Amino acid sequence: MKTEGKHAIWKDYQKDIADDRYFYVRSCVRQNFFPGAEQTFLRIMRDVLGKDVYEHPCHTTCTGIGYHSDVVPFDTAMTVVARQFALMTESGYENLVPSCITSFGLYTEILETWHHFPETEAKVREYLKKATGREFKIPKNLAHASDVIYKFRKEIAQKAKYKLINKNTGEPLKVVEHIGCHYAKMFPHVGVGGAEYPYVLVGMVEDWGGEIVDYPERRHCCGFGFRQYLVQANRGYSVACSHKKFESMQPYKPDMIITNCPGCPMFLDKWQYTIAEMEGKTYGKDGHGIPVFTFEEVAGMVLGYDPWDIGLQVHQVSCEPILDKMGIPYDPTKKFADKSGQFLGAPEKPSVLKI
Amino acid sequence: MNKKRIIVIGGGIAGMEAATNLSAMGYQVTLLEKENELGGHLLGWEKLFPTMRLGKDVIEFLNKGIGLTHIQIIKNADIIDARKNDSIFSVKLSDGRSFESDAIIVATGYDLFDARKKEEYGYGIYDNVITSAELEELFLSGKPIVNALGKTPKKIGFVHCVGSRDEKVGNVYCSKVCCVTAVKQSIEIKEKIPDAEVFCFYMDLRMFGMHFETLYKQAQEKHAVNFIRGRLSEACENIDGSILVKVEDTLAARPLRMSVDLLVLMVGITPSEGTKKIGAMLGLNFGPNGFYKCMDQHTMTTVSNVPGVFFAGCCMAPRTINNVFADSRSAALMTASYLENYSIEKRTI
Repeated sequence: MKTEGKHAIWKDYQKDIADDRYFYVRSCVRQNFFPGAEQTFLRIMRDVLGKDVYEHPCHTTCTGIGYHSDVVPFDTAMTVVARQFALMTESGYENLVPSCITSFGLYTEILETWHHFPETEAKVREYLKKATGREFKIPKNLAHASDVIYKFRKEIAQKAKYKLINKNTGEPLKVVEHIGCHYAKMFPHVGVGGAEYPYVLVGMVEDWGGEIVDYPERRHCCGFGFRQYLVQANRGYSVACSHKKFESMQPYKPDMIITNCPGCPMFLDKWQYTIAEMEGKTYGKDGHGIPVFTFEEVAGMVLGYDPWDIGLQVHQVSCEPILDKMGIPYDPTKKFADKSGQFLGAPEKPSVLKI
Repeated sequence: MNKKRIIVIGGGIAGMEAATNLSAMGYQVTLLEKENELGGHLLGWEKLFPTMRLGKDVIEFLNKGIGLTHIQIIKNADIIDARKNDSIFSVKLSDGRSFESDAIIVATGYDLFDARKKEEYGYGIYDNVITSAELEELFLSGKPIVNALGKTPKKIGFVHCVGSRDEKVGNVYCSKVCCVTAVKQSIEIKEKIPDAEVFCFYMDLRMFGMHFETLYKQAQEKHAVNFIRGRLSEACENIDGSILVKVEDTLAARPLRMSVDLLVLMVGITPSEGTKKIGAMLGLNFGPNGFYKCMDQHTMTTVSNVPGVFFAGCCMAPRTINNVFADSRSAALMTASYLENYSIEKRTI
């Protein structure tokens, strides 16, 4: 594989990412899936990078999941998104940063639609005005939260306490990167690195010391795919998608998976348990799984945050093998303790997957 | 000798044959070629469809024409200016030389589609993804057919229409020659590696030329080349360096995944950089696909919008070699008509 070929493509897909003053919109599902991730993003942005990041208490869902599941019409989705823009405008911010990949994709789709069909934008402005009395400005800059961390990846590397390096061997950790489908597959020009060879997570991994694994099913969906999961009868298809990816990446013996989407880490993590129960098959070393992390969690790990503060205990596949490889200290007795130190009880151990 | 002067821009098949014909008519012809050798793309082609004649035989034929006549040949010609002042054309080169003429034939040919633009096929990234032109160079070198791993490929895939009939890359037209070239190259592969499995992934097979269909049948019946109707969605690299392809087999109505040891991209024909440059200098009209626009697609295919400038070859559209020969001679006739004031090129419908 010629990496210079990828570098040539990456040069064609660069984007403007605002420096500061972000209006941050959270994901509907991430706080249930991996609740530490968004908090870690805010902690890094504010405490490490000294940036102004604002959240509005009236922010709602963007309706992206409903839109992509064909239960929310596009006019409704556009009007809800217009309201988010109005909240941003009223708060005095211009740079929108969604936490969710699907939100990012939907915002992009709406802005592209309005760019090509100004009459649609005018119609949505009228809907919003009639429904809420609100008006809005188009965001000056739209970047996904992973774009922002990508932008400051070198600053994070300078302040890092740990690297994506196996401290016992000195070798870079082998990292599989998985990009949410709605990041760039719909609009390649809005993704750092484009759609076929996205660079947004690769850049982080390389600057933090790791080595990227490219494997045949890299572009394949994680298995969330909304209809594959939300329609219960389709869930076998969801597992099959994840299974295809694990089978494809396993020969490369990856140390971990990094993701930038709400659904991907959830499904790549939890389905490893499911596949182990269904097939007796595991993909990590000695019966373990391949640890799966969000980009915020990985940033938090290299910055030396306490693993339990950033929520790594809620992962199905245990994070300890990576913590041990990177040399990150942790207290096993506090893994399932609350903030006051009280033990909350450990989850039941799976019958096949070692944790 | 006739005192009228003609500059021919481009020393490929079209330019060489047009120059030969005009010189044979007694005109003073200057042939400008940007490379160090005449012959254009044909220099890199070993065998030609549908006869499997050697490309060098056609080069030899063209050179015989050039040798018979009195053509001023300027190689390594880097044109920095071309313009028309009243009825006289002047062309300047970067080395300071300049030439004047009473007419110009533009034969600036084509460029091959840059396969890197089809990012999903991994050209320039995956070692065992090559272009049809690179395979032809390998044939021409006489070296054994091996992939990037140094192994004789046992499974070879040909992807048709790479950069042709593809709105995503902005080329909606058919490049005309790639289908039959894939058939030709797949036969050659089977002749060189008889136990190899060869797969052609196509949208349609456009076997329009005389004997093309025969070649296609020969590929199936004699050489057992597999033709699968379906467009590749993506190519990826396996851990052993082989290429995993995903394609929809539209005849079997099901998706197909397979690994090949070598993937050949049938790159299409695009307007050349020279076509763009010379067209801008002389004020020539371009069609919607970026090739030159002729005065009439049926009756005046070699006539440009600028009086005294004529077209030959693939600067107008993708062409087969026999089409290019016909074009070049037609352009020569039209040029002669213009110079002798017969004005037949001014006819309109």
